[in-house]
Amino acid sequence: MKVKSSNPAVAPSGKTSILGVNQSRKAIERTATIIFFVCGIVAILAVAAITIYLIASGAPALGKVGILDILFGTVWSPTADDPSFGIAYLILASIFGTALAICIGVPIGLLAAVFLAEIANSKLANIVRPCVELLAGIPSVVYGLLGAIILCPLMYDIEEAIFANDPSHQMTGGKNLISAILVLAIMILPTVINVSESSLRAVPQDYRSSSLALGASKIQTIFKVTIPAAKSGILTGVVLGIGRALGEAMAVVMVCGNVANVPFPFNSVRFLTTGIVSEMGYSSGLHRQVLFTIGLVLFVFIMIINVLVNVVLKKGVEKE
Amino acid sequence: MKKFAAIALASVMAISLLAGCTGDSTGTTSSASTGSNSGKADTSLSGTITMTGSTSMQNLCQALQEAFPQVYPDVTIDAQFTGSGAGIEAVTAGTVDIGNASRALTDEEKAAGIVENVVAIDGIAVVVNPANGVSNLTQDQLKQIYTGEVTNWSEVGGPDMTIVVVGRESGSGTRSAFEELLGIEDKCAYAQELDSTGGVATTVSSTEGAVGYLSLDALDDTVKAVQIDGVDATEENITAGTYALQRPFVMATKGEISEQSELVQGFFEYMYSEQGQQVVSQVGLITVDGPSAE
Repeated sequence: MKVKSSNPAVAPSGKTSILGVNQSRKAIERTATIIFFVCGIVAILAVAAITIYLIASGAPALGKVGILDILFGTVWSPTADDPSFGIAYLILASIFGTALAICIGVPIGLLAAVFLAEIANSKLANIVRPCVELLAGIPSVVYGLLGAIILCPLMYDIEEAIFANDPSHQMTGGKNLISAILVLAIMILPTVINVSESSLRAVPQDYRSSSLALGASKIQTIFKVTIPAAKSGILTGVVLGIGRALGEAMAVVMVCGNVANVPFPFNSVRFLTTGIVSEMGYSSGLHRQVLFTIGLVLFVFIMIINVLVNVVLKKGVEKE
Repeated sequence: MKKFAAIALASVMAISLLAGCTGDSTGTTSSASTGSNSGKADTSLSGTITMTGSTSMQNLCQALQEAFPQVYPDVTIDAQFTGSGAGIEAVTAGTVDIGNASRALTDEEKAAGIVENVVAIDGIAVVVNPANGVSNLTQDQLKQIYTGEVTNWSEVGGPDMTIVVVGRESGSGTRSAFEELLGIEDKCAYAQELDSTGGVATTVSSTEGAVGYLSLDALDDTVKAVQIDGVDATEENITAGTYALQRPFVMATKGEISEQSELVQGFFEYMYSEQGQQVVSQVGLITVDGPSAE
């Protein structure tokens, strides 16, 4: 009669049969299964809808303009009489921007994770960890705003000092690739820190003890034992960080200058995301279709990143 | 299975409800931004007004498409944006009621019986940082600055400071107007392309060497509007025709308005009424008085 007590729907008088209890329980079980199923389907439907929509609206322009002209063209003048839709600089800016942001953000993030998981005492970690979590919760537009207010004027000063009398450089007022990279680097920190920290914590204590017992110092243990053991988790964090940096639009658009230039450090640059964000409002016709194509290119990039995550994760599992 | 169907149905309904919500909310915001609804509906006119032409007039036409049926619910405006020249061609050929042009008509076009009805004026102010000593630029200097020939303020009578050329994104009406008026379409070398008027004002006000342009109604104290060829950027000077960076928005008809169908006459009556001109100022344009000749 244990069933009875666990099921409040059944009166405690003992009159209901075990069969009846089982039946009502079955119904609840089945309903729950269906609800879960429907919720799962929503995610699939959303992904399918987005994929189909992006391909349907992004592919026509590829045919009309020419896939090579779009992907490898360097001139972006969509509203000219003889329009040109080259997004090569946008792609390059996105790749360079993301790559450099990772180069800055990952070492900092990884070391911060090591600090949290290995070095800091619990009191200190309990102060630092909420800060990192808060960093993850700050809306990207705030990052952009702070970048535009604090970082860009600083960059403007540096720019003026470096290119004071250089006619070949166009003064950008501090909105350049470096500003965008710095903002992105900070934005990916929480992702990298959180994922790395939990994978570092998942490394069995035995590993550390063995290493220490063999005479290795704490630092040696961290770099030679713990980090290699947590490699797959850390890589996942890095790849997720790449995804975040690549897809970020709002913060970047406020600090990058948004002109389709060669992505040199002090040039005003345009990313794939910012290209869409800034021109969607008033675009029409083929111009609008090409913006969808940019979305498609971005989507393909993100897909590649996701596949990478899966491969990295699988490798990690196989090893264990 | 029945239960599954019911739950599936419910979830579909929930999703469509969500979709409906977002659709509704965008609808209300857009109509709120252009709404000049006085509450009364006039059903004396019905039918479709067709217009085609200038892409720069897209904002105005879309605002009208929302605002006009609020007064005349039975009328729809069918607007296409193919370019000023194509608009005048279409109205000359008689395929549309109204041809939109964001420029004055040529004598040739007027000789073909096309009447220039100016419904609004587009004015653009050139702004610099308040700390900048430059207060007057000629059109030639502006051209040189925006095409990258001149890169330092000292070359146009200002301090020794590099110019930061700020502009709008392609597709922006302000950008196309600015470049068209100076004859530098797609020749501009921008240092920053911003996607809003507010963005331009903020950037220029916070960047010492910056120069930017914005539509006249968006001017505020945070930036300094410079004179163009010695003329202040004010509505008076634009109405008087002395300020250079302006262009008329023309809704051309074949023959006088009084010769048009009742529907088109009703439209122009609305256009020149207080309500119609309110729409004009809401999309950032300068209002005009009705045709005094009639």
